[in-house]
Formats: sequence, structure tokens, C-alpha cells
Amino acid sequence: MDALIPPLLNGTALGALLLLAALGLTLTFGQMGVINMAHGEFIMAGAFIAYLTQLVVTSSNTSIVLALPLAFLGAGLLGLLLEVGIIQWMYRRPLDTLLVTVGVSLILQQIALQIFPAQGVPVESPGWLDGRVDTLGYAWPLRQVFTMLLAALCLAALAAWLKYTSFGRRIRATVQNRDLAETSGIPTRTVDRITFFVGSGLAGVAGVAASLIGGTNSQMGTQYIIPAFLVVVAGGVGQIKGTVIAAWAVGIALSFFADWTTGSMAQVLAFVLVVIFLQFRPQGLFTVRTRGLT
Amino acid sequence: MKTTRTRRVRSLLAIPALAAAATLVLAGCGSRAGDSAEPTGSGAASESCIDTSGDTIKLGFLNSLTGGMAISEQTVSNVLHMAADEINADGGILGKQIEYVQEDGATDWPTFAEKTEKLLTQDCVAAIFGGWTSSSRKAVKPVVEENNGLFFYPVQYEGLESSPNIYYTGATTNQQIIPAMDYLAAQGVKTLFLAGSDYVFPRTANAIIKLYAAELGIEIVGEEYVPLDKDDWTTQVSKIAAADPDFVFNTINGSSNVGFIKAYYDAGLTPETTPIISVSIAEEEAPAMGHEVTGNYASWNYFQSLEAPNNPGFIERWQAYPDSSGVTSDPMEAAYISLYLYKALAEAAGSFDVDEINAAAAEGGITVDAPEGVVTLDGENHHISKPGNIGRINADNQFDIVWSSEGFIDPDPYLEGYDWFPADVRDALVAAAG
Repeated sequence: MDALIPPLLNGTALGALLLLAALGLTLTFGQMGVINMAHGEFIMAGAFIAYLTQLVVTSSNTSIVLALPLAFLGAGLLGLLLEVGIIQWMYRRPLDTLLVTVGVSLILQQIALQIFPAQGVPVESPGWLDGRVDTLGYAWPLRQVFTMLLAALCLAALAAWLKYTSFGRRIRATVQNRDLAETSGIPTRTVDRITFFVGSGLAGVAGVAASLIGGTNSQMGTQYIIPAFLVVVAGGVGQIKGTVIAAWAVGIALSFFADWTTGSMAQVLAFVLVVIFLQFRPQGLFTVRTRGLT
Repeated sequence: MKTTRTRRVRSLLAIPALAAAATLVLAGCGSRAGDSAEPTGSGAASESCIDTSGDTIKLGFLNSLTGGMAISEQTVSNVLHMAADEINADGGILGKQIEYVQEDGATDWPTFAEKTEKLLTQDCVAAIFGGWTSSSRKAVKPVVEENNGLFFYPVQYEGLESSPNIYYTGATTNQQIIPAMDYLAAQGVKTLFLAGSDYVFPRTANAIIKLYAAELGIEIVGEEYVPLDKDDWTTQVSKIAAADPDFVFNTINGSSNVGFIKAYYDAGLTPETTPIISVSIAEEEAPAMGHEVTGNYASWNYFQSLEAPNNPGFIERWQAYPDSSGVTSDPMEAAYISLYLYKALAEAAGSFDVDEINAAAAEGGITVDAPEGVVTLDGENHHISKPGNIGRINADNQFDIVWSSEGFIDPDPYLEGYDWFPADVRDALVAAAG
């Protein structure tokens, strides 16, 4: 039993990071059908914003807290720019958004490479995250606990926003039946933009969390994008609860496989599991019920 | 209506899956093409088209300036430019000014092969300098061999290779891995944990480490690999903490090191109890870890702190150079040597002709007065002698040298001088490396 606790907790934290990376995608991909391959670079943007914030506010204790809203704003604005500049001409052509955003992601990587030192930049983690907390007999690093709380906070905020605000209702209405929503006077263009802003902003928050766990450099986004898409697809497109369960399951699977085999084998096994699951349930864990014709 | 929806959902679902598959296929192609890249041009080895009539000589510089490896290769590229400027200011090679053609390998191994072909057959360069990953070297190798060109490779690597058309100015395993093990044995280390990225260098290095450890009486208490592009080391570090080794031998490369270092300190491990010895963390990487790494170790041939006659001038010129990163490190010093080694070879041969240069190398006695000291070329295996040094990271992210080999170590890429290294293992590793 004791041997199961560390991979269980490590896996939960890993799942939380995956969830943060995937949460924005449930909006942009799930709700809007845009395949944004530059989502990983929005994560990178969030991490670099954490670094820039640290340059201005040198105390890492406070800079990380400030970095969270700034990264949300910064990545969100990048997303908005992408939506207004490119994506808006491509709705209902998902394959085109895929190709275009792959291009955008390469451009963003190269821009980052031009601006920042090629080896990457150090993001110091705040002193209050150094240390461990004893959980079920395992000294659980505080940084992992932080990732988990951050994911929970973002999840709760997003769910509440979608469920309880009038704006959330408009998003859901637009997703379920765009034409009817428009007829009812919902400005679907504005809804699209704000949805894209929030989805991309969440990637920025994920970037801050990622900067505390791994390296901050021009390539960091690429390691998150495919797992994040797989998590969204496995959870059921557009389904937040599905994404949560899928992210947690993949995190746990990765962690246990890594414990039993090696880090490389774990990646293979975990994603083979996802692929097998999708063979039997291609619609994912949950499906959207819609009366729309799209 | 229902069927329409289902189909749409399915087609939507197929796209990221396709994208994922495409990425995997592309990645797969990349490494496979890198392993066995065939020259794409005309089969017949063309007569050399090197133009030596003017007062310049064309050289090719080939590094990844875009893509993932730009992280490391940019510095190598910059220092090659500095070396070319220096040589030109000093009168050039055989009286000819260096005119370099810069190409971008774009972190893509088939591109390295293509650009090599282009540099040799269209630009007619006399020699090519650059590369970093073993995959890029293996992509370039058949092309330079086919066209009888010259390639100078500047990075420490897994050895077990020797080509008549390649000169290796970085360390082979008996100049970096074996000195590190000698140091650990001298420190009385009894248990060792191996942590590496999952590709040819760490796998080969660890195969050698395990054999030598058995010889030295050091027990290997664990061995973990994580893919090169993954930063999360939490689970593996828990295993290190549980195994509680005397030392961790780190062959991780790139930004995955950052994840490893963060997980290491997060797990409560410290250099006092479980020090790390690395073969890829140098002066440029140490400050980029996001956590101070003071007290941990690295094994290199060159350190910025090395006391050698040519080192202060080298550091000073690099720090003043426009594209400088401010610190000097082993791979860039090896790249710097590579251009001077070519100069020495051409001058010894009195020619830019590849065969005459190789003949001059085979005669022996080619030396370069490098920042790390006077290095001697081995005309047989085309590697150079190097000093083995172990550095301990200090608070300024510089290395205090705590151990040095007795004199320079002659290169032995196939480890033929080590009787604990069995011939069948060597053959298997050479065959596996392609």
C-alpha cells in the first residue's frame, strides 16, 4: 500500500498540470471546434511572462502570484490576436486551423528564441513552495500541491463562469446552436472572441505552473500540446468533467507506469491506453447533446 | 440528424489524432533518416570542386539556428564566426581569407544531410564545421564520405566511431565518462544511480559506465531514462531518493535537466548527501536551472576556470564578441579548436586538398595550442588528446576544479585500451549505433 502512495500523489499532480494545459483547449477546441496547435506556445508565453515578472518584482515570493493574472492576460491577448487575425476566417474548417496554427506555433517558437537566451531562462520558485508536506506517509513536494490547487481553482472558476454567468450561458447557447443563438440576439462574434481569450489565457496560467516544474525555453510548449489534445478528446470534446477525469487518469497512468517501468516506456504505455480507449469509445467519456445541425 | 452529428464529432476527433500520428511519424522518420541517411545526389564521387585560385577559401558552417537544438548550437555557431574572424585578422589559412557559408540544419537530420551535400557540391567548400547531436553527425557522415569532404564535429559524444572524413574535437568516452568514474572511485563512492535522457549518448555512456563500475567495485543501484523532450522527473527522482545512492551520474541533456534538478531539490536531495555528476551541465546551463546547483559536479575537458596559458585571452575575446553569451564552455571551446585544427592541418599539408590533409594528419604531430592546453591530433582515429577535469559548481555558477587527470588523455573512441570492455559488447554497440 505504501508503495502506491507516491505514484498516486505524483500522478495526481502530473494530471493537474495536464488539466491546466488542457482546460483552455476544452474551450477553444471543445466549444469552438478550433484546433489550435499554437496552444503550447501560449503555455510558453505564460512561462516567459513568469520570468519577466520576476525580473521586475525580484522577490520570487510575490512575483509568482503577480505572474498568474499577468500570464492569463498576456496569453489571452495573444489568443485574441490569433482569433482576430487568422482564426475568424476559418471557423468550420478545422483542418485549416490545424495547419495555420502549426505555422503560428513555429513562428512563436522562433520569436521566443530570438528574444530570450537559447538555453532557456531560470524561473525561481518562491521560498514558500520549497519543502514538502507529509501526506499519507509520503513527503509530497509543495510545488506539486500548488499545481493541484491552481488547477482546482482554474477549474472551479471556469465551471462557475460557464454555468452561472450570463456570458457563460451565451457561450453554451452558441455552442449548442449558433444560428438560433444569433437569432436570439446573442453577438456570437463577441462570444467567440471572449471564449478564445479565456481559453488562451488559461494556457498562460498553465505556463506559470509549468515554469515551476520544468524548463522555460522556446521548445517547452511542444511537450504539452499532444497530451493536452489527447486528454480533451478522451474526455469527450467540450466536456469539462470529462477533461478532468481524463487528465487525472493519464497523470496517474504515467506516474504508475514510470514507477513500474521507465519514463520512456510510461509515455508509450499511457498513450497506448488512450488510443485503445478511443477505439472503443471514439466520442470520449462524455458527449455533448445538441440539437444543432452542425 | 443524429448520424450527421456523430459523423461530425468523429471527423473532429480524427484531426488531433491525425496530428498526433503525423508528429510521431515525422519524428520517427527523422531519427530513421538520421541513422541511415543516404546521400541524395549523384552516386559517383565527384572530383573536388574546391576553388583555391582566389585569395579566399570557402568553408561551410552548419548548425541548427532554428528549432529545438538552436538552444545549444547557436553558441557553437557564434564561436566559429569568432574563430574565423581571428584567423582572418591573423592572415588567414595559407594566406587565404576564410569566406564562410552559413547553413541552418534546422534541428532536422535529413536537412543536415541535404545542406552538407549542398555545401560540398554547390558551394564547393573546403571543409564543414558544426553539428551537435549524434543524429546530425550520423546524417552528415555518409554524405561527406561519399563526396570525400571534411567535417569537423565539436561536441563530446558516445565514441565508437571514426571516419576518414570527420575530425572530432570534443571528448570521446575515455576522455569524459571514464575520468568521471575514476574520480568517483577515488572519492570512495560505493553506490551509483544512472539518470539519463533516452537516446544514443546516455544509453551508450551508461553501458560503458556499468562495465567500468563493475571493474571499480561500484554498485549500480538504479538506472532511469526519460525522453529527451519531457521535463517531468518526479517519479524517477522518488526512485533515486529511495535507492539513496552515494552519487548520481547524470547523462540528461537539454531542458529536461531543469525538470530533473527541480525534482531533485523538491525531493529533499542535496549535494551534501546525494551529489550529482553531470556530463551536460556547463557554464551556460548552470544558471538556467531555476534552482541553485552549487555543490554538484560536472566532468568536462575545458572549464572557464581552467588555468592554462591561452584561456584568459580566449575568455576575454569571447566576452567582447558581439554575439557572446558572456561565459565560455566546453562545447564552444571544442568548436573553437576545430577551426584552428583545420588551419594547422591545411598548413601542414600545404594544401586544401582533402586527401593531402588526411595524409598530413596520418603523419602525426599536428597540435593546436588551445585554451584547454596543447592538444595533439591522433592521425589514425581523427580525435584529439584532452585533459580530463572534474569541476564543482560554486555560487557564481562557475566550476572549481577538484580533480584533473594525470596529463592529457589520448583519444580511444573504441575503448581498445581497456580490457574490461569486451570486444563483443563493442561490436554490439557499434552495430546498434549504425
